[in-house]
Order: sequence, then structure tokens, then C-alpha cells
Amino acid sequence: MKAASFDYVRPESVAGAVRCLVDAEGDGKIIAGGQSLAPVLAMRLARPRILVDVNRIPGLGALRRDGDSLRIGAMVRHHDLLEQRHSPLLAEAARWIGHAAIRSRGTTGGSIAHADPSAELPVVAAALDATIHAVGPDGGRSIPAVDLFEGALETSLDENEMIVEIEMPIPTAWGFAELSRRHGDFGLVTVVAAEVEGSWRVCIGGLAAVPFRARECEWVLDCGPAGEDRIRQAARAAAAAIETSSDLHATADYRRAMAEEFTRRAIEQAVAATRAGAH
Amino acid sequence: MQVNFSVNGRMESVDVEPRCTLADALREDLGLTGTHLGCEHGVCGACTIMVDGQPTRACLMFAVQADGCSITTVEGLQNDDGKLHALQQSFCDRHGLQCGFCTPGMLMTAMDLLHREVEPSRERIREEMSGNICRCTGYVGIVDAVEEAARTLNSADPTD
Repeated sequence: MKAASFDYVRPESVAGAVRCLVDAEGDGKIIAGGQSLAPVLAMRLARPRILVDVNRIPGLGALRRDGDSLRIGAMVRHHDLLEQRHSPLLAEAARWIGHAAIRSRGTTGGSIAHADPSAELPVVAAALDATIHAVGPDGGRSIPAVDLFEGALETSLDENEMIVEIEMPIPTAWGFAELSRRHGDFGLVTVVAAEVEGSWRVCIGGLAAVPFRARECEWVLDCGPAGEDRIRQAARAAAAAIETSSDLHATADYRRAMAEEFTRRAIEQAVAATRAGAH
Repeated sequence: MQVNFSVNGRMESVDVEPRCTLADALREDLGLTGTHLGCEHGVCGACTIMVDGQPTRACLMFAVQADGCSITTVEGLQNDDGKLHALQQSFCDRHGLQCGFCTPGMLMTAMDLLHREVEPSRERIREEMSGNICRCTGYVGIVDAVEEAARTLNSADPTD
């Protein structure tokens, strides 16, 4: 359980980090919080030649509100997401990530780039149609979340690119529901329901290789006032569209049933908050 | 690589390979074997220490990353007069340990909780300690110990 040898570099700028990646010729890996990468290295599932530590690059840890969106620096830690007050949805999602000792190191950019199918932040990013700002040798580009997640632990980021900022709208109403066996475990099913600019977004994590946007469910909700019947119908629509498989943790049927129930809960939570706000 | 950091208030300097974890540097290079290594991939919580005041898994951080940081390990908990910290004492009194392997991580995690919350409920203690695994005592004594430590610390005379 010890990582294989690697060289360690600690660039002090984004340009410097990109240069390190280019120099590594495909054999470099960025380390941010390291809460997913360190175990991968310890188990030697990855053996990069060069580890590029981006922890000391100034500016990447900033989090600021920009109108109706939140701009989150790649190095903003889960702990900081939990503490911020701009987006209560992100604070709630962060509360579900691991434990205090994980949240103190783990980062937003790292979680998005790692693209674990059962992690919380990719589900939030996909639900809110977040924009991921990345920088590579040819400059910067902005990637919509739907185009970023390509598979389990796979993204469309180039090997020489790094995430610098994530931009997410602040929803007017939101709900978050997760099923995990023990507190702090990865979610079997994670659901985000949110209303952004008057339309519904529902995204489910833990079911497939990438966060699943439940478009049919969103469509049902967008068709009229969200009463109890419509919410049930929407949750059923989400479950019906799910393609999932059985594994060690749960059977496909169980996952689908729980996806329906937790989708219902997340939507109810969002709707209840809207009602409370209206009075 | 040469790395400098402070451990329990003392400046230390170690020469480590980049792949050396902070936990290994503390144990092997500095002889601070109070920090225990269980799973070595961030699941068991035994290696929890404080880095710049934040609870951290010492097996998930490389020593080179801790350059310039201020570290507290379980060895730094005892009072200046050599007496056990109130939290350590309550672990003894309330049977919060049996074999003791998980105890350093339990203590550091509980310290962090008690820094943030002065009177956590049993439910909150369970929630916050859920990232630390104990395979022998069970958790009742541990929760009792943290609860009692909170009471002791709250009733302590601040001028003492």
C-alpha cells in the first residue's frame, strides 16, 4: 500500500502547471486535495511519473458570487463549500461528502475532474448545467458539464488541461436526497432537484457511469404546478428512464426503486422550500 | 526532498522521497509512532492528525505537501505538565479504548469536533466520529468518552 516512485513538482501558476503537464508527455497527474488520488496511487492503480501539486497556486481557492451564479475556484475545498452561504444546495451536497478529515482537503475541481459516478459534486454540476473552465497549452476553454463527464472516472479533459474554475447557477429552489448505507459513504443513489430560471433540473448519481439527467422527469414537472400527483408521476418517469445494473452494493431493481423514492423526496424538498418562501 | 514543518510546536526537517506519506514521515523519520496506519487509503481514520488546524488523514497527504505546515499529532495532546488531556482521560475513564489501535485517530477527530462544537449531542458525536473505525471496543464507550470530555472542558476553570 505504498505509492510507486514519482517526481514531485509544485508550480506557482496555472501556466506553470500546464507546462509541467506538457513536459510530462502524458505521464503527469495533477494532485489537488488528493483524497481520491492518494488511494489510487497507494493501490498502484495509477503510476504517474510526475505529480503536479497545484495546492500553492494563488487564486484557485477563491469562491465568489457573480450575479445569479457562483464561481468556484478549482481548489475550493469541500469544507469551504459547506461553510459558504451563497448556494445552500452546494452546502448541503458538501455535507454528504466523506467526513470532516476528507472535506478539509478534498477540492471541488478535484472531485469534478475525478468524475466518480457515485460522488456528490458531479451530480450537482450536471443538474445545474455547470460550466467548467479549463486551461491547457492552447489557452482556456469552457466545457458544459454534460460534455465533461464521459464515463466512470473519465472526462473530456485533455491530458495537458487543468480545471481552474467551476461556474454554477444558484437555483431558486432545490432539494437533495441521498441514500448511503453509512454516514459518509458514497451514495447508492444521489438525487438533485433544482429550479433554475423557472425550469426544473433533476439529476441522479450512482446509477450509471455518469450523472443521469432525468429529462422526462423534468418535462413532467415543467408542465404544471408541482402537486403531490405530479411529483409522483415525475419520480416514476425518472425511474422508468433509468438504465442501471446490479453490483456488489445493490441490485438494479433496488437501485431503480430507490431512485424513484429519492427523486420524489428531492423534488418534495424543493417544492416545500418554494411554498415556504412564498408565504 | 528536504521538507520543513512544525510538529507539536517543534520545528522539524526531514529528507523524504516524494512518495513518502506524511504518516510515514512522522512515524519513520521522526519516530512519532502515535499516529497509526490502518488501511493506508483513507477509510479507517486511524492516522487522523491536524494540519494547520484542520483534521487530515496523514495517509492521504504526501510529506512534501506539508512543507511549511503546522502539524499536531496525538503526542501533542497531553498537557505541558505531562498529564493526560481531558479527552484522553475520559477515554480511559469511560472505556473508550480496548486494544488502542484506533484511539489516536479517535482522539484527533474528537478534538476537532470539540473545537467546533462545545456541547455536541450523542447523535452529532456518532455522526462526526463515523469516519473512524473501531474493531474491538464498539462505539458506546467512545461516544461516552467524548460526551464526558465536552462536559469536563466546559466546566474547567478558564483561569486554571
